[in-house]
Amino acid sequence: MHNQDFFFQALIYLLAAVISVPLAKKLGMVSVLGYLLAGIIIGPFVFGLVGQEADDLMHFAEFGVVLMLFVIGLELEPALLWKMRKSIFGLGGLQVLITSIVIAITALLFGFQLNKSVGIGLILALSSTAIVLQTLTEKGLLRNVAGKSAFSVLLFQDIMVVPVLAIIPLLAALNGPATLTGSHLDEMTGVAALSGWLQLLIIVATIAAIIFLGRFLAKYLFRFIAETNLHEVFTAMALLLVIGIALAMDAIGLSPALGTFVAGVVLADSEYRHELETTIDPFKGLLLGLFFISVGASINFMLLIEDPFRIIGYVLLLVLLKFLVLLFLGRFFRLKKGYEFLFAFLLAQSSEFAFVLVSFSKQSQFFEEKTAGLLLLVVALSMALSPLLLLFNDKAVSPILARWQNKLEFDEVEAQENPIILAGFGRFGLIVGRLLLANGFKVTIIDNNPANVKVLRTFGFKLYYGDVTRPQVLESAGIANARLLILSMAEYDNALKVAKYVKNKYPGVEIMARAKDIYHAFEFVKLNVKNTHREMFNSGLELGTRALEHLGFARYEAHRSARFFKHHEEEIFMELYEHWLEDRNRFIQETRRFSEQLSETLAAEKNFSIHEADSAWDVESIREEAESSLKSQKEQ
Amino acid sequence: MKRILVEFAHPAFQKSRINKQLVDAVKNMKGVTFNNLYENYPDFFIDVKREQQLLSTHDIIVWQHPFYWYSAPALLKEWMDLVLQHGWAYGRDGRQLEKKTVISVISTGGRREIYCREGRNHFTINEFLAPFKQSVNLCRMEYLPPFVVHGAHTMRDEEIPKFAEKYRKLLTLLQSVQLDKDKLSSVEYFNELID
Repeated sequence: MHNQDFFFQALIYLLAAVISVPLAKKLGMVSVLGYLLAGIIIGPFVFGLVGQEADDLMHFAEFGVVLMLFVIGLELEPALLWKMRKSIFGLGGLQVLITSIVIAITALLFGFQLNKSVGIGLILALSSTAIVLQTLTEKGLLRNVAGKSAFSVLLFQDIMVVPVLAIIPLLAALNGPATLTGSHLDEMTGVAALSGWLQLLIIVATIAAIIFLGRFLAKYLFRFIAETNLHEVFTAMALLLVIGIALAMDAIGLSPALGTFVAGVVLADSEYRHELETTIDPFKGLLLGLFFISVGASINFMLLIEDPFRIIGYVLLLVLLKFLVLLFLGRFFRLKKGYEFLFAFLLAQSSEFAFVLVSFSKQSQFFEEKTAGLLLLVVALSMALSPLLLLFNDKAVSPILARWQNKLEFDEVEAQENPIILAGFGRFGLIVGRLLLANGFKVTIIDNNPANVKVLRTFGFKLYYGDVTRPQVLESAGIANARLLILSMAEYDNALKVAKYVKNKYPGVEIMARAKDIYHAFEFVKLNVKNTHREMFNSGLELGTRALEHLGFARYEAHRSARFFKHHEEEIFMELYEHWLEDRNRFIQETRRFSEQLSETLAAEKNFSIHEADSAWDVESIREEAESSLKSQKEQ
Repeated sequence: MKRILVEFAHPAFQKSRINKQLVDAVKNMKGVTFNNLYENYPDFFIDVKREQQLLSTHDIIVWQHPFYWYSAPALLKEWMDLVLQHGWAYGRDGRQLEKKTVISVISTGGRREIYCREGRNHFTINEFLAPFKQSVNLCRMEYLPPFVVHGAHTMRDEEIPKFAEKYRKLLTLLQSVQLDKDKLSSVEYFNELID
């Protein structure tokens, strides 16, 4: 491809995405539908701006799925995964088994041969990881019961891709002598040529290597790179890791998505988790978008136009069958209150793996050209239908169910974590964090100084390297249901930015902030963050107290004087704030700010004297009274 | 209806069993203001103006606290030192609290039997409360017999609600009924006047 060509293609894809995705969003649809529409529009059947290369592009863009699984893995700690084992193997296993059988029987009824029917059943039983996970993430349903169940099923299906790839040639062999020398096949099952034991050994060794790499080596690597403070190198390293693992998995014939998922899980409790997530996320999003666009572009509308009713009938039948099996399983696995419907609607489409599997089957001459084209069309249309199904569930099914059950909304109480997020763990945050930890509170600490992260890790603090001004870092730290966000960082403007963002998006989260000076504190108050503490105030006061002691004050007198001063300061704070609000429009030079602040504070304090105000333990008036009564006694 | 101000002093309220239930029984009663001293002034820096304001707007003052070293926790003593100012609460011109009523509501670890000449504590509760009584007198207020919950250390959980209910009744009584002077002087504890 010439450079110019390449840029022209990029221009079309990006333009299509930029126009159609926001439009879809505006219309209340998930972005997947927007991408699919964009693909259809630029594809050969509408404008024909892109053509045959969409297929190649799709293979490239499948890497987005790999990246997505990596990011999902990052969010799943091994312990959590272990807890899900029942639903992964139970629910997932049964879904694949039952759906395959049901679809295979249906295919038989439509006159396909037995072996082909089984193949079709296995291929169409899988659901789209890309669409479902993207939807779950976008709608914040990953922690919802239905979302978690759907995720378990998808995970199992990902594992299933490998055996299905192995089974298809066997099924094809029943067709008569099949040629198993297609290049694609070699690529997919390169290790399969080796003896069974050796193959197993290689697979185990590769997985062990991934775990070892993630567990022990990656920590040092990422630390070493983070310390360079060059963000792009960190990005390069993250991509290198994912691509490396994907290639390794491909080489041994396992699903690359599965491999990077394992790597993600292994890295889930490392301190670089949040940063990795934010780094990979944009690539993931773009590639997935590209993937969906190419799915849209590759839909063969000619077949559809030739025989529209039959095709649409197939699609609806497929979705219906999958839906019914899923609904039954959802009930069986105790999903209630409409969650079983959400679960079933989520997974009712076919998988992007079907594209891979179908073209693989075509190469092994399992399916003839026409069947393959038909399958691809049905799969693509079922994927395109999927966002509409969810829309249907949201707008039609769940309101009706809710009315039936007299429940207005789905209750989403599961997986409630309420983290305390501490942003900035330097000189200031350290003190805050230590106090909280000493009192038994678990704190999610985010710091952007790799040197700090390194030292503090060795003392057993749980902290992450990341930039909290990025919304995604906050989100993956759990800001959505945090009970407290403490901004203890020294980047004062950034702290304000974060406060503003969080106040807007998550008004329920309590924010406490370290302020540089009274003006900085005012900025926070203006954002309705009331709990600010000037970083120097208390230590300045402490030293002032010692000074008073040295100058002859009794220690308690000095102490009380400082308390009085502090309380008075709190009293005049709001008064100064009002003043500041009034004339903040005036241009004040940065260098003049301090003296300005000084004069205003001192002016507000002019008539204040602790000595006069604090009359505690004052005996003057009692002595006066006693003397005067003594005098009147004498006079009598 | 008389307005009641509960000045509550407990430095470790979160560990309390008895006072927790006593407080819960009364803090949301109509006409009752609950003022948690340790919660308001954790640094012992009492807002004297605010406290005097509160006193001025109430008729009956309750000092509720556990009995520490035969007296009140330190912050209530600090409160007395600072809030009951000469020239405001007492002294020639200090008449701001005149005619108000004060009652102590206390809990003690020891049982009632040990608070007597022959008992281990040698003095009665009312003897220990003499400084409170005289402070009240000096401010020209009336000091009622105390409401006492004895045996806090050995009390079983199921016995506590009984006292909480009694405390509630006490405040209801103080709010509405004119108290009989003779009856008051005939009892050692206010507990005896509540059925």
